[in-house]
Order: sequence, then structure tokens, then C-alpha cells
Amino acid sequence: MEKVVSRHFDQENSHSFINYLKDNGYRAARKALTQMTPASVIDEVKKSNLRGLGGAGFPTGVKWSFIPQASPKPKYLVVNGDEGEPGTFKDKYILQQDPHALIEGIIITCYAIGSHKAYVYVRGEYEKPLQALLTAVEEAYKAGFLGQAVMGSEFDIDVVVHQGAGAYICGEETALLESLEGKKGFPRLKPPFPAVVGLFGCPTVINNVETIACVAPIINKGAEWFAKLGCEKNGGNRLFCVSGHVHKPGVYELPNGTTLRAIIYEHAGGVLNGNKLKAVIPGGISAPILTPDQIDVKMDFDSLKAIGTMAGSGGIIVMDETTDMVWAAMIAARFYANESCGQCSPCREGSGWAYRNIKRIYEGTARPYDLKNLAGIVNNIGGNTICPFGDALTMCVGSYISKFRSEFENKIKERVCPI
Amino acid sequence: MFSAEYLQELDKITAKYEQKRAALLPVLHYVQHKEGLISQDAEQNIAEYLEISVVHVHEVVSFYHLFHQTKKGQYHFSVCQTTACALRGGEQIIEHLKERLGITPGQTTPDGKFSLSVVECLGACEIAPVMQGNKEYIGCLNKKKIDEIIDKNK
Ligand SMILES: Cc1cc2nc3c(=O)[nH]c(=O)nc-3n(C[C@H](O)[C@H](O)[C@H](O)COP(=O)(O)O)c2cc1C
Repeated sequence: MEKVVSRHFDQENSHSFINYLKDNGYRAARKALTQMTPASVIDEVKKSNLRGLGGAGFPTGVKWSFIPQASPKPKYLVVNGDEGEPGTFKDKYILQQDPHALIEGIIITCYAIGSHKAYVYVRGEYEKPLQALLTAVEEAYKAGFLGQAVMGSEFDIDVVVHQGAGAYICGEETALLESLEGKKGFPRLKPPFPAVVGLFGCPTVINNVETIACVAPIINKGAEWFAKLGCEKNGGNRLFCVSGHVHKPGVYELPNGTTLRAIIYEHAGGVLNGNKLKAVIPGGISAPILTPDQIDVKMDFDSLKAIGTMAGSGGIIVMDETTDMVWAAMIAARFYANESCGQCSPCREGSGWAYRNIKRIYEGTARPYDLKNLAGIVNNIGGNTICPFGDALTMCVGSYISKFRSEFENKIKERVCPI
Repeated sequence: MFSAEYLQELDKITAKYEQKRAALLPVLHYVQHKEGLISQDAEQNIAEYLEISVVHVHEVVSFYHLFHQTKKGQYHFSVCQTTACALRGGEQIIEHLKERLGITPGQTTPDGKFSLSVVECLGACEIAPVMQGNKEYIGCLNKKKIDEIIDKNK
């Protein structure tokens, strides 16, 4: 299988400028700037079926075409490297092992959307990836690949690397914009969409790190090649992050459409200690959990949606037969309770209620009606908040309750608090 | 007010942004890096420098987990408690740390040497259970590794 985004990861000094240049580095950027029009770059990306790899799977070329080119305002590219979705750790590898691949993608994307300034938002804890990217940006400036008249063209591009400060919600694109403007990360109401009113009130494209890292290979080798790597409407490979109860946790670049079973058993070495599989989260903690009878699903945005979950961020968390699902639900609920930004009351209050409710069930101090209450709380958050964080909470926690209901019921039956 | 040298550094940071006020996060990172915390005085100075209200600065400082207003221990443990780490024994690591250090999350040992935080997913689930020791990621944790770290930093 041909590796694309991870092609350099295993090489010695993979992050270095020289290493990147050796492998046709920056050739795609030169090709775009000198031989292609912005519209033809967007067209190529549309045809490649590249979809946003931050979670939502929106077609990338289509997103770019929403930028109102006639607008007199400056346009911005914002690269999302906040990587906070539990179970996800792929963007870290791109930033740390191949930062020039990201920078080349930024150059091409800026050219396509008519932007002269890009911000890369790197999660605050990622100190090493941040330093690797800063070094690479400096190298690219020195080589004339960033700055004024990039690569001898008439196009200027500045790149600012911005360090986050530890807040999951800032991965949500509009919260991220607020954060870039120096504010706390409260998501914005949409519409207006960032393509029209984004950073500093100007048209803005927001894309995930991995999405942007796919752009140069598409321009180099063509949309058809990229589309064919994946499956229908899901072009390319993607970086799957496998963790939890598997023998070989790690990042695996595999074609979109690879089955979940193959990822767990062929690539990640199977379930730890030869135990039986009990449950698996297919796309970051926010993706509804799956049971073993569902793992023949193809891992792409459409197939996972069809079975009621989502491809999300590519974070696969495997749980074996020893896992207490009430405990697992409690940990997920605690995550949402700790990370709710507090802007919308259903989420701010509901996330804490849900966590404490599950904690009571887990610890054996539940009241008989707690399970019914829990379902009520969880179902009243999604759909009632400004951003999809609330929906994620409802889908995620709700899936534990519906798929493992008997475990919740048994815990309550075993030991119910008398009052 | 900040010293001239300090201001020079801050000017370099703010120059990259469209609006001075947008540079609040990087300015806070810089100040915290230099001083080990964001003090009330620093909030005041930053507000003046960026021409924003003190309450806005304070709101931002308290919103983001990585900014802190009290000094941490010389060696700060940030241990992940989220799903992938919990599945690989993260809870036992946290319990062991509490026991060894005699503190609960959010506290610092009386001698100021160690402090402990429990945090959500650090984005390193492939080496679960994982923590940050100061800024360094340390993974595949077990009790022995924790003991060695404590002994080395005593
Ligand atoms: C609560 C929440 C957290 C998110 N966190 C991230 C993140 O850490 N990284 C990311 O790329 N996208 C994240 N997203 C998705 C972004 O909002 C956005 O869809 C994405 O960055 C767009 O890029 P893409 O089209 O290339 O995927 C998050 C969304 C939500 C609702």
C-alpha cells in the first residue's frame, strides 16, 4: 500500500528541510503557483474527494469555493492543530515528523483561496511539535517559500504559529477563531459561516492539519490518483489512531474504507491478552460506540454514518471484555463535564448532572429513577446548544446507555441507595 | 509596568497579529514562561499593554487550563484520566502518585518540590497511560517509573 501523509514518518530526520526537499519537496507548491490558476487548484481538490479530517468530513474543495473572491476584505487560512478529541494523536506526528508537508499544503491552499496569511493553531501541550513547526516555518521563510513574492511568484504568504492554552472546545472552529482573537473559546452562532465572517470578521477557511497535509500530494500526483486510494466519495488514505486494549497502539495510514476489523486485528495486533472485544469507539470519543457485531463496517465518513456513528477524527479506542461499560461511560461524561465551555446552560449544567448521575450508578449510590433521569438529561442537551459539543455529548453518552443498558440496570439493581 | 526589555519581546509577538489584543494568548504564554505564573500584577500590566480591560485578561487566564495563578511545584505532574489512558491503568497511576506525594490533584507538596494535576486527553494515547512531567511527555507509565521520577527529583 502506498503511504501518503505518513510517507516520511519512519525516516531519520524526517522533519528536516533537506529530507523534505529530497522527496520532490515544494514541487507541488511551485507547480500551483506557476502553472495553475487558483480555480484549477480548487477544482483538482474537489475532484480528489478529499474530505475534512478534523471530524466533520466536509468536502475540502467545496469548502474553499465558499470564500467570496469578490470581497475586498483580506482572507485567512486557519489550520486546526488543536487535536483535543480523546483518542486522537495523528496531527502531532505530522507537525513533529513532517512539518514541511504542512507548510507546502498551506502555500497551495492560500494561493487557491486568495489568502496572504495563515494561522496554525497548535494545542498548548504540544511543545515539541510546536518547536518543530516553528523551525520549519523559519526555514521556509529563509528559502523564500514564505514571505513576499513566494517562490518568485507575485504571491505573498505569511504564516503565524499560535500556541493554544489547554481547552478542548478551542478545536471547534469558531471557538478557535475567538481564541485566535485573544478571547476565551466560546463558539459562535452560525450563520454567518466562517467562509464569509471568520477571523477578524473576514472570509476564513478552517482546515485540519492532516487535511492540509494531503493537498501537496494531490497537486503532485493528481486528483484521480488520490481519489482512487480511498473509496467512493472518500478520497485518499487517512491516519487512524488506535489505542486502548490492543497489542500495538499507534498511528496507521490506511485507505478510507478499510474495515474496522482489519484495523484492529491485522494492523494493531488484535485485542490485548487474546481477550474478546467488547466495544470500540471508531472516531474519537464523540463518535457513538460500536459493538463487536458492527466491526465489519468500512471506515469512511458515509459507511460509519450509515450505522449511526461517525468517522470523526480517526481515533479508534478498543475495549475488551473486562471493561465495565458504566465506568467507561462515567469517564466519557466526566470529560464533557470538565471541558464544557459554559456558554450554553443545557451543556454547562447537563454535562455535570450526567457525570454525577453515572457516577452514582457506578458507585452503587444510585436512586431507582436515576437511569430514567440520565436519559432525560442526556437527550435534552443535544440540539439545544450553540455548537456541536452538546450533540457530541448526547451521542456519545447516549450510545453507552442504549447499547449497554443492562449493565446500567444491573448496577442499580445490585445496590440502590435507600433514599 | 513591564521593563523595556520585556516590552521589546512583547512588541515582537504582537506585531504578528492583525490586532494587538489578539496576541493575548501568546503574551500570557510569554509572561508565564518568564515568571512561572500569571500574577494579578501581571494581569494589570498586560491589560494596560494590550489596551484591554483587566477583567478580560482575567477571564482568559481562568478559562484556559494551562494558565495558572499560583506557583506549581518544581516538578509538576499532569496525568491523563481520559478513556484510552484509563483503559491501560491510568487510575492506578493517579492513586499511586497521590499516595507517594501525599497530596491530591490541585495541590503542591509542602516543600514545593512536587505538584499534581489530573488532566483530560493529552493526545498521546499510543503510549497510554501518559502524563506530562513539566512539559515533557512520559508514557507507558507504571508504578516503578513514577517512583524513579520522584526519587530523581526529590
Ligand atoms: C467540540 C469540537 C472539537 C473539535 N476539535 C477539533 C480538533 O481538535 N481538531 C480539528 O481539526 N477539528 C476539530 N473539530 C472540528 C472543527 O470544528 C472543524 O470542523 C475542522 O477543523 C475543519 O477542518 P476539516 O474540514 O479539514 O476537517 C472540533 C469540533 C467540535 C465540535
